[in-house]
Amino acid sequence: MNINATLIGQTIMFALFVWFCMKFVWPPIMAALDARNKRIADGLAAAERGKNDLALAAKRSAELLREAKEKVSEIIALGDKRASEIVEEAKAQAKIESDRIITAAKAEVEQEVFRAKEQLRTQVSAIALAGAGKILGREIDAKAHNDLLDKLVAEI
Amino acid sequence: MSTEGLTTSAYIKHHLQNLTCSIQEGHFHCAHTAEEAKAMGFWAFNVDTLLVSLLLGLVFLFLFNRVAKHISADVPSGMQNFVEWVVEFIDSSVRGSFTGRSALVAPLALSIFAWIFLMNLMDLVPIDYISLITQPMGIGHFKLVPTTDPNATIGMAIGVFLLVLFYSIKVKGLGGFVGELTLQPFGKFGLPVNLFLEGVNLIAKPVSLALRLFGNMYAGEMIFILIALMGASWVSFSFASTLLFSSQIILSLGWAIFHILIVTLQAFIFMTLTIVYLDMAHQEHH
Repeated sequence: MNINATLIGQTIMFALFVWFCMKFVWPPIMAALDARNKRIADGLAAAERGKNDLALAAKRSAELLREAKEKVSEIIALGDKRASEIVEEAKAQAKIESDRIITAAKAEVEQEVFRAKEQLRTQVSAIALAGAGKILGREIDAKAHNDLLDKLVAEI
Repeated sequence: MSTEGLTTSAYIKHHLQNLTCSIQEGHFHCAHTAEEAKAMGFWAFNVDTLLVSLLLGLVFLFLFNRVAKHISADVPSGMQNFVEWVVEFIDSSVRGSFTGRSALVAPLALSIFAWIFLMNLMDLVPIDYISLITQPMGIGHFKLVPTTDPNATIGMAIGVFLLVLFYSIKVKGLGGFVGELTLQPFGKFGLPVNLFLEGVNLIAKPVSLALRLFGNMYAGEMIFILIALMGASWVSFSFASTLLFSSQIILSLGWAIFHILIVTLQAFIFMTLTIVYLDMAHQEHH
């Protein structure tokens, strides 16, 4: 337990160790730790940014969805409207067509009636002539009484 | 272990004796007794202290330097993890106690902590084991724990003291430093008193650093020696001897476990006080 020159040796050794540590040990370790700190901070910031982006995207997608739904219902309403319009149009056209058919049918019927009447009239006049001939007992000159017959036919 | 004819006091003395060597008349010569070591005077070296502390310092620097060379900012593993843990611990201690900015203080604190920790840790090597190696080599004394040698602790304290002086003068200027020593706390008319008080204050720093560490480790070592003596007093398979022997095992285990705390604590205290002293040296008024 004597104080001797070991003291000086220890002091020199101490100084050398500290110098070495200060030169070759501490700075690279500290640099790496700082780099990692920065990387972690960056990562956290990126994560935060990502989270914000995600929230924004979710908001945006919800908005898009809502818009799309609106548009869809709009389109459906429009389609409904158009469908009823088409139905209306078809109805109108059908009405016109049916009216046309009815009119044509009526005209035809009238024609038929007219033709039947004519026929009937002719036949009635023939019957009348035949009847008159029989009654009179002689032949009537068709030509001579044509005017009379036509008058009759017109009356019928 | 005690051999025939070795007394208790001789056993204790043996364990407290450094391997002191000097060059006498051109020959490298090592002291065999405490008296001989004393007679060598100042220009002798405690070879064991120098050797062990040098080895431990190199172990520390080698390990840390190896990690520092291959360090990356990626996910750390194994040794790098451990080194980073130590470095961050030191860094936060320095940040907590040292208010200025200095490239020296943190690595200084790391060196102090690691070196003292390793030197103190040698205390946990069973005290008689080292002589199993050194005795056959013809080395009579070998103290494995450098911090139980006041030369080692005072040597470090001198290093710290020189740094305190250097930074005091660098930060405050020579005039400021001298002024701090002489002009407070009682003004210029109380100059001798001031010088005395501040001088004591200044000298107390290295002295407290050195003696606290030395005292703690020396006392710890002494207790290990005393515990080892219990088993060394073995005579026969008597009740007393068996009791003493088993007590040694239990006590040395207990003391070793407690010493793990002291080893770390003393290294930490030396480091923290160094940081605080350097912090004071950097400040204008303290």
